[in-house]
Amino acid sequence: MTAAGPFVARTGDLTRKLLDADIWSEQLLFEAGIPIADAPMVCVGGGLGTFALVDHLRICGVRPESLQVLTPLSAPWESFAYLTRVSQISRGDRLRSDSSSCPDNLWGFPSFAVREAFGADTVRGSLRPLWQVLTEPICGEHYTPRLGEVLDALAREARRIRYPEMVTQGQVRMVRRREAGGYFTVLTPPERATGARRIAFRSAHVHLAVGYAGLRFLPELAAYRASTRNSSRVVSAYEPHEHVYDQLRRRPGTVMVRGSGIVAARVVHRLIEERNAHGLQTRVVHLLSHDVPGPQGPRFMRRNGGDGFAYQAFDEPKAVWGGQLRDRAGATEGAGRVEFYDSLGGPSTPYRKDWHAQLATARAQGWYSTVAGEVEALDPQSDDLISARIQARDSVLMAQVSFVVDCTGLQPDIGEQRILADLLHHSNAGRNPLGGLDVDPSFEVRGTRSGKGRLYASGAATHGGYLAGEDTFLGLQIAAQEIADDLAAQGFCARLDVSRSVRQWVRWAANRPI
Amino acid sequence: MTYSLAGRIQTRIVLFGVIGGIWTALVTPILPTRLPLGSSYEMSFTVLGLIIVLGVAWELAYHLLQQFRWDKDWPTGFSLLAGVPEGLVLWLLLDSGTWLWDVPVTARGFWTLFISTWLLIWAVLSGPIRVLLVRRRWRGGRLFG
Repeated sequence: MTAAGPFVARTGDLTRKLLDADIWSEQLLFEAGIPIADAPMVCVGGGLGTFALVDHLRICGVRPESLQVLTPLSAPWESFAYLTRVSQISRGDRLRSDSSSCPDNLWGFPSFAVREAFGADTVRGSLRPLWQVLTEPICGEHYTPRLGEVLDALAREARRIRYPEMVTQGQVRMVRRREAGGYFTVLTPPERATGARRIAFRSAHVHLAVGYAGLRFLPELAAYRASTRNSSRVVSAYEPHEHVYDQLRRRPGTVMVRGSGIVAARVVHRLIEERNAHGLQTRVVHLLSHDVPGPQGPRFMRRNGGDGFAYQAFDEPKAVWGGQLRDRAGATEGAGRVEFYDSLGGPSTPYRKDWHAQLATARAQGWYSTVAGEVEALDPQSDDLISARIQARDSVLMAQVSFVVDCTGLQPDIGEQRILADLLHHSNAGRNPLGGLDVDPSFEVRGTRSGKGRLYASGAATHGGYLAGEDTFLGLQIAAQEIADDLAAQGFCARLDVSRSVRQWVRWAANRPI
Repeated sequence: MTYSLAGRIQTRIVLFGVIGGIWTALVTPILPTRLPLGSSYEMSFTVLGLIIVLGVAWELAYHLLQQFRWDKDWPTGFSLLAGVPEGLVLWLLLDSGTWLWDVPVTARGFWTLFISTWLLIWAVLSGPIRVLLVRRRWRGGRLFG
């Protein structure tokens, strides 16, 4: 019995026997009428994490026929493009990403700054990115690539490695270990597809890069939306919220922006631009969880900060991807790991001179203010207003606002993600000290080995592992390289040695398909 | 670049030793030293050897400075500009005759070799090295271990 009543399986669907069994055999699937398809390696997710690994494996000589990408996405950058769009980054805007973080090029050479220089129409346009990358961050801000440039580069590389040929669309329901070694990955094809309701992909290896479970709504925000049945006034920055800007153009209002990371900075920037461009009377209350009056931390781990924000060029201090901080993270376990991640500090935003000047003007004119505290409650008021009760350090503040834009992030809890939750329940996977999926240094999910088969994971789900900054272009590429090296050691692909690296880079530079 | 101490030292020894060595061997015959070829080679390989040996001490100093940086990184401009103090110290050492043995050295020969070698290594480190040693940038600049 299930909570909904007796379990009746349709033909070709999951049976109670399958759902309950930790380890599956072909016989179980045959009894359920689920067809089996073969692929030496299955990659679940289909976003940038999958793309990084597939790109790496193709460069290491794996044929497209040996890789099966299972995904609901139509392109690997679809989720990324969506998240950047709703968080106010257009194709012409620059990302918070290093010049040599190139998701289309595992070597990071030539970097985006060099590519921009070669693609420029004027001498000045060529020299500017080169000068910026040469003098960063001492004489100016870090060079960062434009979103459009990154998306175009990804599309070019996807064509080159024949990525679309490896994709089967659908929703992955679960991954289970196979009795004779390897794994079964169950895919639910799209509704429109004819044929079986489920397909089981039998593979030696599986890679999971399934991204975030969803939006993280803090309890009081979720409570407001549930009690008022109105989701237009309290929104997440990661969901479409153009209506907020549209309505502010028609009617003045106060917006409470919550969060102190890059997305909050982008939303405030958009509000200021809207105000300036359309002569609006928008007021902004910026709620920060911690007050950052200046640089913070001990002498040898001191982060710049001021005006409420912690300043940092990228998502994490740069050395987490390949320097002292990566070495340090790699040597931690248990409480030491938690301590390490704590030392990296909370959300941050890059210091941008123009944005800083905008804020200073807004403060001086009295329509932008910051408050350090937490929202205790949101209550609906008349005339579409929201009353916010804020617990500041030593007092309770009340604010009347028209909109709340929550920029506190995406849901990182792996228990909320269906495939990962199934893995925790049935495949012996565990959690790391920060609650993410526990992977070893080669990104194999601990405890899930099946015969000679290995199950790997990378990206957001592995937060808290030996690699911080796991959900970034570089983090995904580092994971891809570690996984590819591990697979090469088992004979699945060639190792990326000097000779292969040089030959493949030349092919990349010439845009020759592989 | 985000160096570890071992990565700094390994990079210094291997890159200057291999790429610097090849470059020095090729360029020495045309260096404006006004010295016999044998003496030119004596000067150029002494200079290269000192860039490596003294460089290890410089790397310790750079690593200490790096600790004051939140990102624990070493910007590319720093790598380029480090050539200024290193070149000056090396020149003063050789020109003042305080080095352990007498090296025939001329200013034009020294600076041509030093600047060209430094720029070549910096250019290689700024990009092409990532194609040759694909894992190095994830390992704090280490080539081994």
